Amino acid sequence: MSEFLQHLVNGVSVGTIYALIALGYTMVYGVLKLINFAHGDVYMVGAFAAFYIANALGVGDSPTLGKTLLVFTGSMAVCAGLGYAIERLAYRPLRERPRLTSLITAIGVSFLLEYGFQLAPFESITSMEFPPGPTPRFFPELFPRTVWLQIGEVAISNIDVLSLLVAIALMIGLEFIVYRTKFGTAMRAVSFDPQTAALMGIPVDRVISITFALGSALAAAAAVLVAISRPRIDPLMGMMPGLKAFVAAVFGGIGNVPGAMVGGIVLGLAEEFVAGYGVSSFRDAIAFAILIAVLLIRPQGLFGRQSVEKV
Amino acid sequence: MSAPLLEVDGIEVRYGAVTAIKGVSLKVGAGEIVALIGANGAGKTTTLKAVSGMLRLAAGGVKLAGEPVASLKPHQFVARGMAHAPEGRGIFLNLTGAENRERGAFLRRDKDGIAADLEKHFTLFPRLKERRTQVAGTLSGGEQQMLAVARALMSRPRLLLLDEPSLGLAPIVVESIFSVITTVNKEGVAVLLVEQNAHKALGIAHRGYVLETGKVATEGTGKELLASPAVRVAYLGG
Repeated sequence: MSEFLQHLVNGVSVGTIYALIALGYTMVYGVLKLINFAHGDVYMVGAFAAFYIANALGVGDSPTLGKTLLVFTGSMAVCAGLGYAIERLAYRPLRERPRLTSLITAIGVSFLLEYGFQLAPFESITSMEFPPGPTPRFFPELFPRTVWLQIGEVAISNIDVLSLLVAIALMIGLEFIVYRTKFGTAMRAVSFDPQTAALMGIPVDRVISITFALGSALAAAAAVLVAISRPRIDPLMGMMPGLKAFVAAVFGGIGNVPGAMVGGIVLGLAEEFVAGYGVSSFRDAIAFAILIAVLLIRPQGLFGRQSVEKV
Repeated sequence: MSAPLLEVDGIEVRYGAVTAIKGVSLKVGAGEIVALIGANGAGKTTTLKAVSGMLRLAAGGVKLAGEPVASLKPHQFVARGMAHAPEGRGIFLNLTGAENRERGAFLRRDKDGIAADLEKHFTLFPRLKERRTQVAGTLSGGEQQMLAVARALMSRPRLLLLDEPSLGLAPIVVESIFSVITTVNKEGVAVLLVEQNAHKALGIAHRGYVLETGKVATEGTGKELLASPAVRVAYLGG
């Protein structure tokens, strides 16, 4: 029983991370019908942005709550700017071209970030060690890990609880933005039909920019949450979570916001239980098994467009 | 004399190597109904899309109330008092009629005014009142067309662009659409009406333009065009 509980806790914890990243995929797909394959790398940049901010603040020596907040919001802001820039420079000029062009460009942007970050630092230009180079870095401890709750053998740490709370708060916030604000109305209208949305006076380009910024900020938050509990960060760290979050988004029904959240959590749980009770080396395989199953059985995903998606 | 509400001056539009519109000029004065008629492929819809910024101009210019607007994006026209009910209606099929019409008022901030307009338009479109909670995808073609017009009116435009409002509708529904257009116009909204149904369109229009292969072939008042032998032969079935 306690083993089951432990897997459950771990699964939900991994799942909320996938969900946060999957939201970026699904929102961008919603407004542009584009799979932004660079999204996993935006997540990686989020981890490094937090790393540099934390070091600049001297978090390692004297961690405080204020600094933790700064690391979070700073990293989210950096990635929001990065997402905005990627859309503006890489995707917008290609918007009228065949969709395949944008898709290939997305892969190009992904490589640019992955390998750009592996270059040796330009120390002559910046005093910071940037780019970080290929060697993994150690993310400083924002606050010490303590056990908050012990049920039998199941240990739930303050980090587990905090990640979960932050992730849930962000998702509730996003849900509010998408379904309760004027911007959300505009975003859903663009998602249904950009041309008609424009005829309603909705500034389509601005909606798309903000959508990229929002999705990228969520990826950054996910990255900081992961880096707090697993502090090894490197320029390729976004590949696997990026792919898995994509699977989660497809599973939930790409373009559907609640679908991405459910998809992420289901995927996290599936991974944990397969690794815990089955063969641990199948942890990564299960995501792709789910992808194949979804594509075969229900290509539109759990909450795909065929069902009543209110846009 | 003050500038006309809409002034289209020698516009050209190209689709790749094909020039679809070869120098169309037309005017719509405040409070006028102007019909744009012509055969399939004459460039009526293209002209309308070019006017509302959905297509880029290869040449020529468009002025709205004297202000050059050719470089604006489609969404910027709404704030300048122009609404476009597009070809194919462009209804949000997954939303209810009421929600569709609220989208039409996207730029407005006067909640009370919006609510009042939503209610007021029910007198123009009684069918929409009966069906207001229904998802638009389940409405009939005529109801969807009514909805497209009602939604366009929600931005309180001075100029309404209508693209083939009678397309695919039963004669009795066409009749009521045209009577709505006349009523809306009497309340001061100018209308640029693209129609395949030349007879009906010229019947309610103050003036009209006949488009032939991307050019204005004839223009005149609605009555003149209806009486013109050339127009009768080509578009009104002799």
